[in-house]
Amino acid sequence: MEVGLTHLLFVSTALFFIGVFGFLTRRNMITMLMSIELILNSVNINFIAFNKYLYGGNLDGVFFTLFLIAIAAAEAAVAIAIIINLYRSHSSIDIENADEMKF
Amino acid sequence: MFFLIAAFTLITALMSVTEKKIFRAAIYLLFSMMGVAGIYFWLNYDFIAAVQIIVYVGGIVVLIIFSIFLTQQVGRAMEKPKRLRVSFSLLAVLFAFAFCFIIIWQNEFTNVEESSVELTANTIGEQLLSLTGHGYILPFEVVSMLLLAAMVGCIVIALKQVPVTVLKKEKQNSTLS
Amino acid sequence: MFNNINILLIPLLPLVGFLLLGLFGKKHFKSSAGWIGTLSLLASTALSLITAYQYFFVSGKVNGVFQKLEVVKFAWLEFSPGMSINMGVLLDPISVMMIVIVTFVSLMVHIYSLGYMKGEERYSTYYAFLSLFTFSMLGLVLSSNIFQIYIFWELVGVSSFLLIGFYFDKPSAVAASKKAFIVTRFADLGFLIGILLLSFHAQTLDFKLLIERLTTATPQLQSTIATSFLGASVLTWGLLLIFIGGAGKSAMFPLHIWLPDAMEGPAPVSALIHAATMVVAGVYLVARLFPVFAISCPVALHVVGYIGGFSALFAATIACTQTDIKRVLAYSTMSQIGYMMLALGVSGYGGENGLGFTASMFHLFTHAMFKALLFLGAGAVIHYVHSNEMKDMGGLRKYMPVTHLTFLIACLAIAGVPPFSGFFSKEEILSAAYQSHKGIYFVALATAGLTAFYMFRLYFSIFWKKEYKTNHESVDEHHGEAPWTMKIPLLLLGVMAICAGFVPFGLFVSSDGISWPSEFNLMMSIAPVAIGLAGIGLAWIIYKSENNLSGRVSEAGRGLYQSAYHKFYIDEVYLFVTKKVVFNLIGRPSAWIDKNIVDGAINLSADLTDDTSGLIKGWQSGKLQQYAIWFFVGVIGMVWLFVYMLN
Repeated sequence: MEVGLTHLLFVSTALFFIGVFGFLTRRNMITMLMSIELILNSVNINFIAFNKYLYGGNLDGVFFTLFLIAIAAAEAAVAIAIIINLYRSHSSIDIENADEMKF
Repeated sequence: MFFLIAAFTLITALMSVTEKKIFRAAIYLLFSMMGVAGIYFWLNYDFIAAVQIIVYVGGIVVLIIFSIFLTQQVGRAMEKPKRLRVSFSLLAVLFAFAFCFIIIWQNEFTNVEESSVELTANTIGEQLLSLTGHGYILPFEVVSMLLLAAMVGCIVIALKQVPVTVLKKEKQNSTLS
Repeated sequence: MFNNINILLIPLLPLVGFLLLGLFGKKHFKSSAGWIGTLSLLASTALSLITAYQYFFVSGKVNGVFQKLEVVKFAWLEFSPGMSINMGVLLDPISVMMIVIVTFVSLMVHIYSLGYMKGEERYSTYYAFLSLFTFSMLGLVLSSNIFQIYIFWELVGVSSFLLIGFYFDKPSAVAASKKAFIVTRFADLGFLIGILLLSFHAQTLDFKLLIERLTTATPQLQSTIATSFLGASVLTWGLLLIFIGGAGKSAMFPLHIWLPDAMEGPAPVSALIHAATMVVAGVYLVARLFPVFAISCPVALHVVGYIGGFSALFAATIACTQTDIKRVLAYSTMSQIGYMMLALGVSGYGGENGLGFTASMFHLFTHAMFKALLFLGAGAVIHYVHSNEMKDMGGLRKYMPVTHLTFLIACLAIAGVPPFSGFFSKEEILSAAYQSHKGIYFVALATAGLTAFYMFRLYFSIFWKKEYKTNHESVDEHHGEAPWTMKIPLLLLGVMAICAGFVPFGLFVSSDGISWPSEFNLMMSIAPVAIGLAGIGLAWIIYKSENNLSGRVSEAGRGLYQSAYHKFYIDEVYLFVTKKVVFNLIGRPSAWIDKNIVDGAINLSADLTDDTSGLIKGWQSGKLQQYAIWFFVGVIGMVWLFVYMLN
């Protein structure tokens, strides 16, 4: 069977929803962060796949992927800084404990 | 070959979000990232695959592992998620996945232009930094600013502060005395 | 032509003085504040004299008519091309006369205060307020449009408020300043409505245009007369409302109640504000709009005349019974202003008919001089005796010769004894009244007699009657009569009180701007002089020396005496109206409505909000993953909507 765009999109969609599932069910903030990384990766796969199969004459998808990776790195760094700070103040990184921002 | 890589990626990703021990979850994530890099290799996007491995596998996952060491007792199992939420999320996610995939399945993709560009690090670099046509110099600069801002932000956030609990205790003490 | 800079400097110099003293006075000019204020005013006085000379003798007159010259004019607020509020300087005979009066009297008061207020804690503040008042008063008289006059009108109100309440640690002074402000403010409401009515119908705020449009047959005049409300035309209403504003400032009945209480301020302030300048603003206002009154709406002018006449007699009666010397003078001021209003009321427009107008302005001029003199003299007496009450005085003529002499001059002037200034102006008023309205003439004549009586009652009580005994505590303070800074203004004003009557006023000020020689009518002056002398004689008999005649007289007319002593219970009526009627009939119901209906509505909406938010606040749980699920479901729902429903 010829592997086409649809297959790749299946992979990326599955990866995306695995990430969403993790984000919704995990209680530990670091694992939630990992789920977010999965989501970002699925988006990257999408970009690359579209670039490969539909817009082969240019490199736009590649650049977007590169920027996304850079942004993901920045985001991870900031998120981890926040998590560590939260750990210092609450002695816990359970998302259920960080619910001060309510009514 | 593709099916092998895809299955590897998805299975490790699934393990990563369901594993009870956090350190193992991070390792599964690492494998999943490798799997994604494998997909890029399979697509002949070597440069992107290399970047993926360097940044994700070598950078972000390692960073996550460090933070796990900083905040967690590694061997201990994590608290279980609430059952109600798991079932509800699973339902929502499965439905959404099916929904999205049906849309994708039904959609007819048309090829806009044939692949013509030689995908070496050289072309990527030149086009990324060019000013004309599909050049991306401005976003490139913006992203560099973003990285700088993120760095400064991390330092500011992580600066030592008095923990809230200590403050609360002091307050209680002062009101008691 | 005129030097516009000079004219602008007349009001601006006091303003500069005010800003300088008000901002930096306490720190830098603590001792020199008086001299700064006085010098700036001296310059201002000189400039206004130059302006007056130029206006009256050089360039004011064109073809035998004194022109209304708008020497400075600029748009201040421009709402639309057709509607703007201008600021300007209007020169005409009465405004030029007024700037001379204001600057001269103010200068006298400034000099006088150098001695009177010496050693006062808030010396520089006092001079700052004086400068502010002078500035606003000059601005008022020079205003070229009716809105500008309103602005300065309120400014003089404020500075009067500040100066009455100058001794703000005295509760009575605070109450008096509040009373003055509220009563005049209440009257100013009428003024404002009048301004809006008139300017709306005349479609201009400018005095020149307003008078022109409302005195000649124009569409504006037609519309003003044609529109009627409650049986009177809008023109009548507008003019009457404006007169109410003037009556408030000029202490006409029944808005006079603030003026006697305003005597709580320092004596020089009373001389400046509550005798010579501010209180005649109402007269000035009516005179300013006089052509409109006289030509288009004689009814309103009659009202002015009647109220003026009534106030004159009413206040004169009260003045006969008061014992506080400054209050006597306050009622006398009210009575004399009533005289001026009366004169305006009986006047016609143009030439011989305009005798009343000329007489009114003439009396305003002479009255400013001798009344300021009286107040300053009273101030000197109070300065010496440390009391306002007549019973603490008597026999002061040996101790205060200069004050005695000048006070006597002023008393003779106000009593209308020839050849002092009051005689001439009063005679003109009386002959004007005689020509047009006999009833008012007799009221004025009676007032003249009462005036002579109470002024000499005051004079004899202060300077004769009994030997002055100093109580031993204050003996050390009495080194002399008064410092020279206080005597010089007394003497200067005394000279003016003698000479001012010889000015041929008709040549300069007349209702239509055309000079006419006012001839002196000997026959007309017999009656007032006789009745004035009779009043003086009566006062001589009763108050010259210590006896019990005054007691017997007051016993004889007991009811009248008591009610006059209590100011005919006007204050009590006001208190009754405000406290009982207004408070019970309006205040309480509206308080009830406010508490139960208005507050109830507010509380109801607050309670509703509270309940609703209590119901829905659970959504804001603070749990991130809950939010994420909702977000996720929402996104899926929207995708579904876009793909299947909207395609």
